[in-house]
Amino acid sequence: MENITTQKVRPSGGLNPLPKAPTGIHGLDEVTEGGLPRGRPTLICGPAGCGKTLLGIEFLVRGITECGENGVFLAFEETREDLIANVASLGFDLAQLEAEGKLALDHVNIEPSQIEQSGSWDLEGLFIRLGASIDAVGADRVVIDTIENLFGAFSDTATLRAELRRLFRWLKDRGVTAIITGERGEGSLTRYGIEEYVSDCVIVLDHRVSEETSTRRLRVLKYRGSLHGTNEYPFLIGKGGVSVVPITSLGLEHDVSGETFSMGVDRLDEMLGGQGVLRGSSILVSGTAGTGKSTVAAQFCDAACRRGERALYFAFEESEAQIVRNMGSVGMDLGQWVRQGLLQFKCVRPSLLGLEAHLSSMQDLVAEFEPSVVVIDPISDLLTAGASRDVSAMLTRQVDFLKVRGITALFTSLDQDLQLEQANHQIAALIDVWLLLNTHEFNEERNRSLSVLKARGMAHSNQIREFLLTERGIVLAGAHGRGEVLTGSARLEQEASQRSESDREPGDPDGGDEFSLNVAPSDGVAVAGTR
Amino acid sequence: MTPEIATDASEAIPEETFCHLRLYVAGQSPKSLKALTNLKRLCEEHLESRYQIEVIDLADDPKLATEDEIIAIPTLVRKLPEPTRRIIGDLSDAERVIVGLELLRRDD
Repeated sequence: MENITTQKVRPSGGLNPLPKAPTGIHGLDEVTEGGLPRGRPTLICGPAGCGKTLLGIEFLVRGITECGENGVFLAFEETREDLIANVASLGFDLAQLEAEGKLALDHVNIEPSQIEQSGSWDLEGLFIRLGASIDAVGADRVVIDTIENLFGAFSDTATLRAELRRLFRWLKDRGVTAIITGERGEGSLTRYGIEEYVSDCVIVLDHRVSEETSTRRLRVLKYRGSLHGTNEYPFLIGKGGVSVVPITSLGLEHDVSGETFSMGVDRLDEMLGGQGVLRGSSILVSGTAGTGKSTVAAQFCDAACRRGERALYFAFEESEAQIVRNMGSVGMDLGQWVRQGLLQFKCVRPSLLGLEAHLSSMQDLVAEFEPSVVVIDPISDLLTAGASRDVSAMLTRQVDFLKVRGITALFTSLDQDLQLEQANHQIAALIDVWLLLNTHEFNEERNRSLSVLKARGMAHSNQIREFLLTERGIVLAGAHGRGEVLTGSARLEQEASQRSESDREPGDPDGGDEFSLNVAPSDGVAVAGTR
Repeated sequence: MTPEIATDASEAIPEETFCHLRLYVAGQSPKSLKALTNLKRLCEEHLESRYQIEVIDLADDPKLATEDEIIAIPTLVRKLPEPTRRIIGDLSDAERVIVGLELLRRDD
């Protein structure tokens, strides 16, 4: 235990690890193992509209609000007013930070047509200007966005390049942690090759459209003197700013709870070691069409609401009214919980938004409603919103997000095609409890069954039980120990014969009486099992 | 890009016009001193006494760099007559300065 902790704390394992400035941006500090190189410039480059400016602003805002480090934003593109307006929707109040003397916004207006050149010059004016801003707020962080615009203003590029080299050295001498942004060029990282001068850390942003869905991506191309994640990570811009989605990060340091609660189905709790599921765990309910996945999910919410806890239900296939009506047919009154404000539905077509938008809107809603349980029904529908690799990355992020908050999550998944199986394999590692629903054709009947494929931290049953949808909700029938799953009439037959053998003990709790042969399809879900 | 020297009288400053020039420098740097020397010489040659040179040292008042949008040093700004004209550099290329400021060449 001790060793694990030490390993995590030591960023690069060296004797004298590189000091880093945390960005405070979700996920970016994990990818860079602690933040940007402190006291050095970092280049962030990418095509127009990839989020460079926003990343820079968030770096400054988080620096002020979370690290107590003031900042200067030197803008060559947007005016001060534009910058303030553009990020207001993300909840960043730049004008307020400026008024508090923690942030300096300086817009450099370049009008190339006005500038004539005669003899040698330098950029001392820019140095003085930046220096004055840094001194005015006592800045530790500087963002320069986008300095390459200077190339449009000065025809003497030899002088300009020499001056830029001097500028980056000067920033280092001042000891500020700086972000320099650059527009992507053809065949080079930036249009004018300024990556040549900023060589400590280079982050590349990208904005790609595949299958009509746009995904933003971030990659740490270079980080001198430090380990860093080398993958391309999807990132999104949501209500709270930038959020990078590392596929394998977070999540493993959260507190775990020993508290358990009922899934809302008596015998299912028994199958999970008698107590139900652990709070904060992730549950996957998978099965083919019509096996009762949504009913399990609804019962799970119903049970939470009965305990007085809040439940949030993301539905990608049905509307709220449809779900409430359908669950009414199996004896669940979800409408009452909605009216009491304990249950909230969010019904949306997955193709409506891109993956990143889905993730951020879900996270925003979770943060707002503060539920204790969340249902996503079904996650397989998200596959229509993106490639399976992206979906699995997004789910990882979502699972982590919920776990860290101690929220118990239930995902349903329609097992149908190969692509989905792959996605399932990837998320299987994140799932704590995996319930498999199935249908069996036997004796001219189609009957449902439920089994526990895995349940971390619980002594769970290895049985496959018949799962009945009754007017009182889900019921699991008893198991029989005859080597095969008996469902429907075969189970009733077996139960009847067992009963006659055991002299019809009166109060046998697993007796078959409660499930008669005429279980109508409209009845609620039930799982049959034996001890 | 070598601009042609203004010979057209309509582009040049009329004989009687007063010229208000402002030179932004940073401390006593060689470039700054050279620019001031060059500017004084050019003004004497072309404007006689119809000019005023104001030297602003940004090292003394850094705020002015922001207010007047100065990034390159030295920068010469012609405040009057309007419109405003800007020339950067130590002004060693006299022809460029003459074109940039639209100074009338008496020698013609």
